[in-house]
Amino acid sequence: MIIAERKPLDEITGFIAGAGKVLVAGCRGCVTVCNAGGTKEVEILASLLRLDAAKDGRGLAVDEITLERQCDPEYVEELSGPLGKGYDAVLSMACSIGPQFIARRYPAQAVYPALNTCFMGGALEHGVWAEHCQACGNCVIHLFGGFCPISRCSKSLLNGPCGGSAGGKCEVSKDIDCVWHLIVEKLSAAGGLEKFMGIELVKDWKTSRDGGPRRIAREDLLK
Amino acid sequence: MPSSSETPVRPGPETPAAGPPLAPAPLTRGTAPAAAAEAAGWQPRIIAFCCQYCAYSAADMAGSMRLQYPPEVEIVLLPCTGRFDVILALKAFERGADGVYVAGCLEGNCHFLDGNVRARKRVGLLKKELAAVGFEPERVEMYNLSASQGPRFAEIAREFTRRVSGLGPSPAGGGGQGGL
Ligand code: FES
Repeated sequence: MIIAERKPLDEITGFIAGAGKVLVAGCRGCVTVCNAGGTKEVEILASLLRLDAAKDGRGLAVDEITLERQCDPEYVEELSGPLGKGYDAVLSMACSIGPQFIARRYPAQAVYPALNTCFMGGALEHGVWAEHCQACGNCVIHLFGGFCPISRCSKSLLNGPCGGSAGGKCEVSKDIDCVWHLIVEKLSAAGGLEKFMGIELVKDWKTSRDGGPRRIAREDLLK
Repeated sequence: MPSSSETPVRPGPETPAAGPPLAPAPLTRGTAPAAAAEAAGWQPRIIAFCCQYCAYSAADMAGSMRLQYPPEVEIVLLPCTGRFDVILALKAFERGADGVYVAGCLEGNCHFLDGNVRARKRVGLLKKELAAVGFEPERVEMYNLSASQGPRFAEIAREFTRRVSGLGPSPAGGGGQGGL
């Protein structure tokens, strides 16, 4: 899923300085699962904004809504009614795709991202998420024992660890496992290490961002 | 596919917070010195989220022992402090509380293993969130006690009430005028 986290509160209050009516819009997709922008987080941010305004004696109305998803036009359409009520600002608590979709659909509406979209990853345990994919567009994890060296090696090395691997950790941080340590351990136990005696050819990155913004169109789904 | 019924907007409370006024004393907003506020008839409104197995029973015991504790403290019963969440305290502040505390079982004695440990972490997060909007983090606290500690319950209530009295009305108004 996409992992995100809320922006610092002062950045968010800066976005809505001078606003009298604000809509906080959450998303029931990835950001609900990673506890960044679901119904509950919408409720908390809205409450904090009200308290902040009350502290300064400012009148601020903060309404809340959580859409099924903000990355699908049909759900973004559900805002057409509410946005007719004249909100000075929409704070989207979706990943950055949400505020982009809202801004495109409602060009006159001021829309701000309340979250920072961080990476594609999974939960290592409750409350800890780690990056596991960089969407290179041509998955090769089967060659590496099920580990992704592109997203999980700090240098995205494809031919073995660098000299910064020590005790199973990456020199960038002791919180980062050296993925090459994991790959070698796994393939030593399961077999298959010998294939690294050859040199991996240079990866063709054209399926990644090097080809510009990507797009998939499925003929069978198109109207 | 779009859902058949549209997602409703949840309107925020009318400003100031909805509900009938509960405390009669009119309040000065912001940072009125605590002494001046008290002289003006202000009394703190404090919400105590209490676990039924410990603090709530301890409150009962304090009552049957005829121990005095401040009437400003209003108790909300929780099945375990693991039920406590940041939003419960924020809503209390929105509706006029001046201070909020959570009282759970002694660490290691939670009937649901670690509800009280989780609650303590949530109180930690709450302190940070409140500080970010200009509230004193001391307006929230986590306590641990056992069901047999009636006197300790009364002491916590006095200690926390003293603390909040010293801080003065909540920056959002406080004094319970919003109706909890
Ligand atoms: S049962 Fe008392 S805090 Fe969990």
